[in-house]
Amino acid sequence: MQWETVIGLEVHVQLATRSKIFSGASTAFGAEPNTQACAVDLGLPGVLPVLNEQAVAMAVQFGLAVHAEIPEVSVFDRKNYFYPDLPKGYQTSQMYHPIVGAGDVEITLDDNTTKRIRIHHAHLEEDAGKSLHEDFHGMTGIDLNRAGTPLLEIVSEPDMRSAKEAAAYLKAIHSIVTYLGISDGNMAEGSMRCDVNVSVRPKGQEAFGTRAEIKNVNSFRFVERAIAFEVERQIELIEDGGKVVQETRLFDPERDETRSMRTKEEANDYRYFPCPDLLPVVLDQAYLDHLRNQLPELPADKRARFQNELGLSAYDANVLSASREMAEFFEEVHRVCGDAKQAANWVQGELSGALNRENLSIQNSPVSAQQLGELIRRVLDDTINGKAAKQVFQALWNGQGESADAVIEAKGLKQVTDTGAIEAMIDQVIAESPAQVAQYRDSEPEKRGKMIGYFVGQVMKASRGTANPQQVNGLLKEKLDALL
Amino acid sequence: MALEESHVRRAAHLARLAVSDDQASGFVDDLSRILDMVDQLQSLDTEGVAPLAHPLDATQRLRADEVTETNQRDTFQRCAPAVENGLYLVPRVVE
Repeated sequence: MQWETVIGLEVHVQLATRSKIFSGASTAFGAEPNTQACAVDLGLPGVLPVLNEQAVAMAVQFGLAVHAEIPEVSVFDRKNYFYPDLPKGYQTSQMYHPIVGAGDVEITLDDNTTKRIRIHHAHLEEDAGKSLHEDFHGMTGIDLNRAGTPLLEIVSEPDMRSAKEAAAYLKAIHSIVTYLGISDGNMAEGSMRCDVNVSVRPKGQEAFGTRAEIKNVNSFRFVERAIAFEVERQIELIEDGGKVVQETRLFDPERDETRSMRTKEEANDYRYFPCPDLLPVVLDQAYLDHLRNQLPELPADKRARFQNELGLSAYDANVLSASREMAEFFEEVHRVCGDAKQAANWVQGELSGALNRENLSIQNSPVSAQQLGELIRRVLDDTINGKAAKQVFQALWNGQGESADAVIEAKGLKQVTDTGAIEAMIDQVIAESPAQVAQYRDSEPEKRGKMIGYFVGQVMKASRGTANPQQVNGLLKEKLDALL
Repeated sequence: MALEESHVRRAAHLARLAVSDDQASGFVDDLSRILDMVDQLQSLDTEGVAPLAHPLDATQRLRADEVTETNQRDTFQRCAPAVENGLYLVPRVVE
């Protein structure tokens, strides 16, 4: 039987506010345990939450970026459950009137086709603390620094049909929130976490199968692996006559499998009700317009502009718009050198290669966009040839020179375009290679094209790579053919 | 709505409240009366009336995103039964 996979994602994005969603405690990462947990975060008696305006603005910016409706009124609810890292006994969240309504996101697949994934809604909530289960003589240690950190939970519709689509969706969300600057998107530090709802159904069937929810999926790679495992598990189960049960499963990246979490009875009875400590949040049109006007150009728009206005391929446009840092670097290189295709080639080729080799991100590139742009300009105006350009790049990378021009000057890489100088070098090479000249003369005319490569190589060597290769080629052919 | 003792037990468990057998039967009566009142409210015609999220006719004030709290861990941890290395210790919870 042919099976179809149905996937929906709940992505928790940690918002990059300085203080917590309901208190003035710091959200900085890595502090000593409980030094950033104030009375509000600890849920001490008598405290009252006051909503952080930046958390609201960030949530709304996200909503505007995914073309969502932003309701005038949103309401906070209490989600009640007991766990020691949640000292109030409830998580303040939004169940019935979330701040962001239905929207959609465009994802790009491997073959550069795009697909629209609907977003059901996104809501604001607070994060819980952290439980540490090791080394406390049978006790559990609780660190509440993270308690009260603002999260935006983005809930998709079940619109994805493969692990690849799910990963592409997660990447799209990641690039939107980092473009907006509303999250650092650091998955390793937990700034973006993801729960995956997976079910399978016979191809052609309309009704959804029973789904399992996989928790603890915190990298793009894990999303694909967790789904791949889960899909296979569910299909095997059904084909062996079993039934998928609706449950929460945990992804274990070390064993590459999902496992059923022991869920207590009644565990999911959260008894939501409106939080009496918080009033309804009302956002007027002027506020929304103000935020809309401040939105940066978003990945999908950038991608389209790179293709339509700069004439880049779909592939190039996609790679270069994937992160804001990459896009800004490319645009600066393009601004300086004036040639989009060359800028794209250098950023994705020489530069990305060097960055990957040394495991650096583009923000930490030793070669600045300005330097790279100037280097490309010197290739375009024929000051240097392609081979010398690579040497200049390497020198800039190693910090041997402030600018492309300085390196070209210092290393004497300026391209030789003086015909007389090139001819002199050619004459010398021909005089020193009688055997090769004889071979050239004796070979079939159609094979000579290939043989000329030897002479080009020698002349380039004699010029220490500075001769203009096109000129060398042309002049060599003339001189060799004159010997025939 | 007729409430049964099992409902009371369940609600008490969810709220982590210890309820004795005597108290449980008392709560069945009390809570039933509250639910009767809710039933009465629900018989009203509320067509076209937006649900009320808060009794006050006011909207949420927002605060600027500034860190205003300082580290008061030592003060807060004085009333905790057990702490170690800055962590609050609680009976082991295993998922």
